[in-house]
Amino acid sequence: MSIKLFELLLKASIYTITISLASILIGFVIAMIISGALLSQQRLLKLPAQIFISFFRGVPLLVQLLLIYNLLPAIGINVPSIVAALVGLSLSTAAYQAENLRGGFASVPRGLIESAEMVGLTPGQIFRRIKAPIALRLTFPALVNEAILILKASSLVSVVGIVELTRMAQDLAGSTFLPLEIFAAAGLIYLVINIVVAQAGGLIEKSLPGVPR
Amino acid sequence: MTFDINVILQQMPAILSGAAVTIVIWIVSTIAGVILGFLVATGRRYGGFASDKGLGAIVDVLRGTPFLIQIFLLYYGGPFIGLSLDPVPAGLLGLTVYGAAYFSEIFRSGFDAIPVGHIEAAECVGLSRSQIVRRILLPEMTMLVLPPTFNMAILLIKETAILSIITVPELTLTVSAIGSQQYAFVESLFLLALFYWGLVEIASWLGHLAEQKLSRFRFNNA
Repeated sequence: MSIKLFELLLKASIYTITISLASILIGFVIAMIISGALLSQQRLLKLPAQIFISFFRGVPLLVQLLLIYNLLPAIGINVPSIVAALVGLSLSTAAYQAENLRGGFASVPRGLIESAEMVGLTPGQIFRRIKAPIALRLTFPALVNEAILILKASSLVSVVGIVELTRMAQDLAGSTFLPLEIFAAAGLIYLVINIVVAQAGGLIEKSLPGVPR
Repeated sequence: MTFDINVILQQMPAILSGAAVTIVIWIVSTIAGVILGFLVATGRRYGGFASDKGLGAIVDVLRGTPFLIQIFLLYYGGPFIGLSLDPVPAGLLGLTVYGAAYFSEIFRSGFDAIPVGHIEAAECVGLSRSQIVRRILLPEMTMLVLPPTFNMAILLIKETAILSIITVPELTLTVSAIGSQQYAFVESLFLLALFYWGLVEIASWLGHLAEQKLSRFRFNNA
């Protein structure tokens, strides 16, 4: 396999990283809202959130992507396929991240919230100053894990025609007749990206302050 | 948008056969994956340094790369090293190996969670290594690893959909083929999503049931 081919794969991996990063961030925002609904006492908020999570965790991502890709034009929303891919990946990761955040918020030590109430912080302040930072700290390892899962899952957006790393590898394997080398190289690139993310996540986690009991 | 599910339902025999392929592939590769995963975990624990590191590296590669890339490498790259497989055997092999990597990690943490005292006691009374694995580690570990094993098995249901890309005639391929013949993509994909959703919910319910039934075997970790 020539250097030229490897360069093409590396360039395509920039799309993989961009798409994954964007989905993680969009998914995080959606997940914050959904975890809020999950922890709410109101059945009318809680039930839709539970159904959302159950659906997006119960249906294969490939089927979700195909569904969104075909559904959007069918209901009159004509968007480029990159939007369908981002919507699919973001909603899917939102379901997983919401479940993590719910766990994080539920594990904020009760005593900290009570003392915040005692010193007269408003519910909004308690959320911003106490609950959110601690829950985010607690769920940080899960977020890194989710980032790795999404980097791998982003290979599926190749089926809706996005030329990221997997699709580029497929195209090159077809045109050069070197599938063994090209898919192995693509796998290696994914592996390196994931190792970097895992190592960086570990380093960041070490530098974060611990959680008071 | 017209939404006519009848178009799809007329094709029921084909859909059922696709569903059967999905379920059979899932069950076979899960069972094979659990067995292979157990062998890998045992090999890493008792095979010495080289075997631990070698198997560990393979497990890390399998867990660090997308399943789609692995299956492409096997199906399109395999023939170049004399491994020409039809879609179904390639899918079965790929899913089994992929699952085994994750199952082996579950078993590895299961082994680690067993109190050292139990193993030392078994060594003291003169049990051989294979007896320790069969009589001590395996039964004690079963309860510990059951929940994560069920979780992983459920994740594998969803991975079977990816096999449609290498033309394994499972449910996703069958239903989307019907969808494009009838020009009813949205209906067919909805049906497909519902099927997987139902299957995953049923499987997790069965998993919880099994855990409850078996919980009386849980050993006291104290």
